[in-house]
Amino acid sequence: MRETAELIYKDFMLEIRQRYAINGILLYVFSTIFVVQLCFGRIIDEKTWIALFWIILLFAAFNAVSKSFVQESSSRRLYYYMIASPFSVVVSKMIYNSLLMVMLGSLSLGLFTVFMGYPGLYAALFVPAFLFGSIGLASALTMVSAIASRTGNNAALMAILGFPVVLPLLLLLVKASQKSLGGPVGISEILTLLSAIILIDVVVILLAVILFPYLWRD
Amino acid sequence: MIRKNWWKLLGLLLVLYSVIAGLLIKVPALPVIHQTIRNLFYHVPMWFAMFIMLGTSLVYSILYLTGFKMKNDLMASGAVYTGIFFGIMGLVTGMIWAKFTWGDFWTNDPQLNGAAVSMMAYLAYAVLRGSIDEVAMRARISAVYNIFAFMLLVIFLGVLPRLADSSLHPGKGGNSSTMEGLDLTMRWVFYPAAIGWIIIAFWLLQLHVRKRKLTQDLTKYN
Repeated sequence: MRETAELIYKDFMLEIRQRYAINGILLYVFSTIFVVQLCFGRIIDEKTWIALFWIILLFAAFNAVSKSFVQESSSRRLYYYMIASPFSVVVSKMIYNSLLMVMLGSLSLGLFTVFMGYPGLYAALFVPAFLFGSIGLASALTMVSAIASRTGNNAALMAILGFPVVLPLLLLLVKASQKSLGGPVGISEILTLLSAIILIDVVVILLAVILFPYLWRD
Repeated sequence: MIRKNWWKLLGLLLVLYSVIAGLLIKVPALPVIHQTIRNLFYHVPMWFAMFIMLGTSLVYSILYLTGFKMKNDLMASGAVYTGIFFGIMGLVTGMIWAKFTWGDFWTNDPQLNGAAVSMMAYLAYAVLRGSIDEVAMRARISAVYNIFAFMLLVIFLGVLPRLADSSLHPGKGGNSSTMEGLDLTMRWVFYPAAIGWIIIAFWLLQLHVRKRKLTQDLTKYN
């Protein structure tokens, strides 16, 4: 537990010190949303709003998470290998990336609202779906990044491997957001959608924790 | 020879029987699908064979991770390639069926899209294997990814179509299951067809693995 916290703190400090990475992602989010605003204008129908929101967030997540293992040089990985257990390494990365995703998501939600208006999403469905979805996307992409970092051409593989892995979550999230457009949603419907999202989260995290030690060793 | 290879003969006979009987038996006259219902004997067994092959590769991947025997990696990757073959066959036969019943080669059906994306996930497996040079590392990392890919397959073909609002496939999106409506004479063709194609899939897997083993040995001695 201590180890995990230390590793999250290390990732956080690394981000603060090499500010160009996080600044690049923030600028990317800002400029894509700005371009969307220029192309579509303020008046945009709600379904397009949701589709654009999730697509932009997905690509931001790819950019943000893909560097989590790729940026670590192999000598530094060897160093972690000696001092930390694989469990705490992968869990710390997943927690850190989930926090990053929630942060990026809230930021793009804010920017979307500023530039294109707020479509009136039903918060009791949208907020938990958004939170659990961010955790799931971040964990899945963390694992994909761990796989891609062990190969020769990791940028291309990150996209090829990541796309099918995040797609079920993305489809569920778009569906949940579209349901939350029409005002209050029944509790049973909320529970069905959320339980599907949480189920995928749990499976992804469990598989990542079980399988990461095999990716980790040389 | 017969004692050792009887299962290949059985598979061939079952497939031959199902191909011939599938075209000859009387099928119930149903609206929209009419005679195309015969494609059930050819389209659905492809998916059964694909599922069995990918399940086999999952088992061998787990076995590889527990013992790190290269033989298991060979089986796992061979089973994935055979599974991809049957998946593509399933997509093609399904597309022909869709053209004659729903009017288009491709419809926006959750089952279709799920099948296409899971095929993509397994094609990505092939790319992943190609991009790692070191043999032991390739085996280990592709085994890890294979377990993920099987989870995706289950989600795409088992979970998401059932959550969907509407689907053109039976048993999904609130439709009734196929098996309830399948009449007795059709079952007599459908089950042998499924079993026959699964046996053929295992035969293909055996041939594929044998060939790759031989080429590996050849490159070793050259």
